[in-house]
Parts: sequence; structure tokens; C-alpha cells
Amino acid sequence: MPHDVPTAQQLVESVREWLERDVLAGTSGRLQFHTRVAITVLSMVERELELGPEQAERHLERLQMLGFGSDEELSRAIREGDDRTDSSVEVQEAVRAAVWQSVRDKLAVANPKYLDADPG
Amino acid sequence: MANEELAASLSAVLGGAAIADLARLSGGASRETWQFSANERMLILQRQRGGDIRDMGNEFAVLRAARAGGVPVPEVIAASTDKSDLGAAYMILSHFEGETIARKILRDDQFAEARTHLAQDFAVALARLHSIDPAAAPGLLPTDQVVQYREALDALKYSHPTFELVFRWLEQNRPPVGPLCIVHGDFRLGNIMVGPDGLRAVLDWELAHIGDPMEDLGWLCVKAWRFGVRKPVAGLGGYDEFFEAYSRAANVAVDADVVRWWEVLGTLKWGIMCIIQTQSHLGRITRSHELAAIGRRVCENEHDLFLALEGKW
Repeated sequence: MPHDVPTAQQLVESVREWLERDVLAGTSGRLQFHTRVAITVLSMVERELELGPEQAERHLERLQMLGFGSDEELSRAIREGDDRTDSSVEVQEAVRAAVWQSVRDKLAVANPKYLDADPG
Repeated sequence: MANEELAASLSAVLGGAAIADLARLSGGASRETWQFSANERMLILQRQRGGDIRDMGNEFAVLRAARAGGVPVPEVIAASTDKSDLGAAYMILSHFEGETIARKILRDDQFAEARTHLAQDFAVALARLHSIDPAAAPGLLPTDQVVQYREALDALKYSHPTFELVFRWLEQNRPPVGPLCIVHGDFRLGNIMVGPDGLRAVLDWELAHIGDPMEDLGWLCVKAWRFGVRKPVAGLGGYDEFFEAYSRAANVAVDADVVRWWEVLGTLKWGIMCIIQTQSHLGRITRSHELAAIGRRVCENEHDLFLALEGKW
């Protein structure tokens, strides 16, 4: 890594903490709402920097288990009723389980509380 | 347009009325909402934003029809699709006192009594809307929502395996088409003005169209519109009592499986709408981190779709 400390994650964290500590209290109405949105966005980026690389590997593994190289290929197969997604109830269930796991990974970055409330 | 210039233009379209207290309210992504007084009467201005290509003329026609049909809605004071008046298509509407923020309506003590009957209020308002002759708003068109959102997703050119799975389920389980009517298209907390006494006004008619009345019922039950409360109808009540109230008011039977189909479609629609909203930021139509963040809510809808269809694939 050619960069000095702090890491990208720590840099984003520092701005998020400043928004929470100093900016939020001095704002109201629309500006406060948009400050809260900014804090939410930065928290999301922090989680993606932490979890993203491993999630990307697992995502590709799941696709390959089903015989695909990308979400685009998988989407097209589902749409066309391809044998790789539709040949039996077991295959349909395997596809559903793999896609749902990817959705859970996305939620772990975007909004972990949502996943906690109803893990399914 | 600067505030002074907007105030002068408002005065011009309102017959020279004295405009005061012009203030922009926190509002939706597709339009700006302003509050102001004209000759000391409080009014609301809605002005279309750059990224929205809908015809606002349909919206004020349906507002007038709904009001005539006994649906509680704002009165249209002035409206035009001529951009030369206020720089964009606009509607000037009567002002209602009340609350639209869903989390407050669902949690604040002052709405405790209203919460005991709001779901029934909604059922009655929807029944009245659905009984209006669609000819009252001739610009509204029947839309096949599955086709419309299929095309919307394809136009975005993003791959979504979850949405593909749901489109297949929807096509395989599509209910028969019943009599069509005017549907609101976005009937949910957030678009409804509520007071301590209950429903005061149904707002935000920009998605109104001709369709199956069950579409509005299903949309109201979409999980996103429960705002974290574990009650299926808008976070306010149960399915059975809501369907009974609607059946009584509309004098038609409600098939819960049909509403469920619309609820699943509604969840899919909200997911695609999240992408469309984030796209207006990415496409540099309206730069906004709020719109950008909405793109990352898509996975909430995907998760809800899996929950909704569990055991039904």
C-alpha cells in the first residue's frame, strides 16, 4: 500500500465522527436531516471498506457454484428459464439461497439493523 | 429562481395576491414543495423538478376528481403545465394542518386515538376513490405494472437476480384482471396528512393511473411502508380488519391472495424506484447525497421479497 496512515476507512470515520459530534447539534430542519443522511452514508462506506473485499470473493464463489461468472449471466438465465436455474426444485432452491445470501451481504454493509430485525 | 422572483411570479398567477412567508419545505425527490401565504391564506406550492418527466396536468385533474368524489384531498387553487409561469409545471394547493411523517404518526402520543381507526379511514378513502368514473381524469392511462417495471429495470441496465426471480413469480401467479378504476399509485404513510382526529388529506397523486383497485391495497401493505412497526397494513393494523373495512365501503369482496400478489409487485416496484431515484443523482440531473444513498436501499426490498415469497417459489 503506497499510502500513509490513516487508512481510507479511518479517514471516513474521522469525518463521520466530526459530523456527529460538532455539526449535528448546530443544525436543524433540512440541514440536520441531510447531516443525518451524510452520517448514514459515511457509516456505510466504512462498513464496505471493512467487509467488501471478502464479500466480493464469496459472491463470486457462489456464482461459480451455480455455473455463472457474473450477476448479469445469472439474471439472464433466470429470465430465460435456463436449466442452470430452473431444471428442478433443488436447482431453484440453490439459486434462491445463493441470491438471498448475496442480499444479506449487501444488507450487512447498507443497513445491518434491517437484517437483524428480520433475518428470515 | 430566487425567492423574491418566485414570490412575484406566485402573485402574478394568483391575481396579484400579496405573497408572504415563502419557505421551502423538506420534500420529495421528484418535486419541490413550498409553503407561503397569499392574502394571508396559507397555501402550498408544488413545483416539478428537472428529472421528472410526468405530465403534472394529469395529477391536478385527478385531484379535482377525487375531491368531487368525496376523497379528502387538497383543493387545487391554481395549476399549470406552462413552464413560463413559475419556471416549471406547478400546482398551488390548499394547506392542511397535520402530520405526514410516518414515524411520528406511528409513534407519537397525540396520534394514539387516530391510530385506532386510521387503517379503516384509509379503506374508506380508497373505496371512494375506486368508485369514481375513470372518465373524470381522461389523461390517465391504464398501465400494466409488471410490463412497466420490467421495462424500467431493463432501461437501467443493472443486473438484479432477485428481481428476475420475482418477475418470474409474478408472471406465473398473475391474478385475473378485474374492473379497472383510478388508483392513487402511492397511497401510504408519508403521502397522507394525519391529525389527532385521523385522516385529513391524501397527498402526492403524481403516480395516479388506471389500474386494478387491489394495487392500492397491496402497496399500502408493502413492508417499507410499515416503518418498522410489525403490523402489515401501513404499520397500523391487520389484513383482515382492513379488507373487511374496504369490502364494506366498496361493496366488493377482497381476495387476500390478489392483494398479496400486488404487495409482492409493490415491493419489487419500490426496489426499482430506489434505483431510479439514485439514477437522477448519478445522471447528474439532481446532485444529492440523499438520492445517492437511496440506491443502497435496494437490498432492503430484495430481502423483503425473499421473506414475502418464502415457501412460494
